[in-house]
Amino acid sequence: MNSIFAKRRARLLAMKAIRDNYVPGDKLVTCPKCGQESERKAVAEGLSVCPHCGYHWPIGGYYRLSTILDPGSFRELNAKYPAADPLSFPGYRGKLTAAQHRTGLNEAAVTATGSIDGHKCVVGVLDSRFFMGSMSAAVGEKITLAIEYAAKNKLPLIIFSASGGARMQEGILSLMQMAKTSAALARLSDKGVLYISVLTDPTTGGVTASFASLGDIILAEPGALIGFAGPRVIQQTIGETLPEGFQRAEYQEEHGFVDAVVPRAQMRETLARLLMLHEKGGRA
Amino acid sequence: MSTITAAERVAIARHPQRPNVCDFIDGLFTDFFECKGDRLCGEDAAILGGVARFHGQSVTVIGTRKGKTLEENLKCNFGMPNPEGYRKALRLMRQAEKFRRPVITLIDTSGAYPGLEAEARGQGEAIARNLMEMSRLTVPVVAIITGEGNSGGALALGVANRVLMLENAVYAILSPEGFASILWKDASRSAEACEMMKLTAPDLMHLGVIDDIIPEPEGGAHTAPLQAIRQVDRALRRHLSSLSKESGAALAADRYQKFRKMGAAASQKEEL
Ligand SMILES: [Zn+2]
Repeated sequence: MNSIFAKRRARLLAMKAIRDNYVPGDKLVTCPKCGQESERKAVAEGLSVCPHCGYHWPIGGYYRLSTILDPGSFRELNAKYPAADPLSFPGYRGKLTAAQHRTGLNEAAVTATGSIDGHKCVVGVLDSRFFMGSMSAAVGEKITLAIEYAAKNKLPLIIFSASGGARMQEGILSLMQMAKTSAALARLSDKGVLYISVLTDPTTGGVTASFASLGDIILAEPGALIGFAGPRVIQQTIGETLPEGFQRAEYQEEHGFVDAVVPRAQMRETLARLLMLHEKGGRA
Repeated sequence: MSTITAAERVAIARHPQRPNVCDFIDGLFTDFFECKGDRLCGEDAAILGGVARFHGQSVTVIGTRKGKTLEENLKCNFGMPNPEGYRKALRLMRQAEKFRRPVITLIDTSGAYPGLEAEARGQGEAIARNLMEMSRLTVPVVAIITGEGNSGGALALGVANRVLMLENAVYAILSPEGFASILWKDASRSAEACEMMKLTAPDLMHLGVIDDIIPEPEGGAHTAPLQAIRQVDRALRRHLSSLSKESGAALAADRYQKFRKMGAAASQKEEL
């Protein structure tokens, strides 16, 4: 019985993931970093990484989960949690509906339980296709529910962040999600549960200034833009051109804010190793 | 005062003669001793903190500081803190926890400083750490938004048991100018943004983001600063005295629940 359900879950995730592996272009795709062309199929099979320069294209939430979790282990948490319009902001409902149709997502966060190389965990992913992965009340709530689920069940938590920052249309309630998620992480930490934060391109604004920066372990994908203020705002403020590589994953590693820059192809094994290292083992 | 528009309140909140953090500290406390530095690498004048007495009780006071003269403005970076400021604030909050005294924060900032150096030293991490650590303090925490409270830079001092706002203060995700330029690529539409952003004290009270509104003299706090400070004193006394009856664990739990509820749709929780 169990294996039938596991197979069904694996198939479901694979179906959702296909839609998410969305490197744009027809037969050939052009890398925005090196400008070289590659076969679309080759890029898709290579985890959406440029075979020439290693550029990591953004990927969707379900596809991300399919690259990380053991087949058949995926169980989505709060899949139907609705998007909201707490300030009745003009035009916002329509934009939410359009984003939902375009992406097949309810909101910018997907949360699930599953296992990585047999290690059970809770995983949250922000999907940058939905309002740039910005922090809405629903995103904050889904992330908080995932943190609380991890705390209650003493399961390690992994969150892949990708966010343009605040959800403007939700104003102050977007801001309050920073406090809510950070407070939930304090409780998770007090229970001695591991939290791994993975920063992907781009992680900025309120997400950086809350849960993304609070991991026991912080990993980043190569080249990911990571910061509080966006580069354009900084450039306007200081009136200078920003140095090459500023706020990129490698820069953040050099400045002490990231434990390791991990290419997508090594992410699953790295996470598996970290989960293993935090399990209570035998005596030396 | 009820006919006043959101844009007018923003103008009052930014009035150059509006009482600032130093005026409030002078008017509310005695024996203020300023503590400087984050004990890591620097001192940030954009955040002022220290120990003082409030009606005979020792308290930790932390506020954003803009300064009133141009010289002061420059020294305080116009009230836009760097990571060192937030880390100093955290250091003082931990001290308050150690010595079991309430924390009172005074917020008036256009936001955390979006500078190259601030980023290099982890502005995002500094704010995030404050949010996390403030949520678990076991002493009373009262935040008062006295002028303009913008972005994570304001929230980093705002995870309190009680969040109070002066009647004409504003509290928002970012400045109305920034909001208009991001949403419509047109900063000149800021007056329009003010109305949509729900940034006034009555709007925020309605949304459950703040707990009390402190009345201001007709025309705004700058018309009669001492009267405004007296009103803050009265509100602060009332809230501190009710919080001081709670245990440390209850204070942390209440603070958690207060923020936990924000933006949560009712009865949507579902577990496997
Ligand atoms: Zn390339």
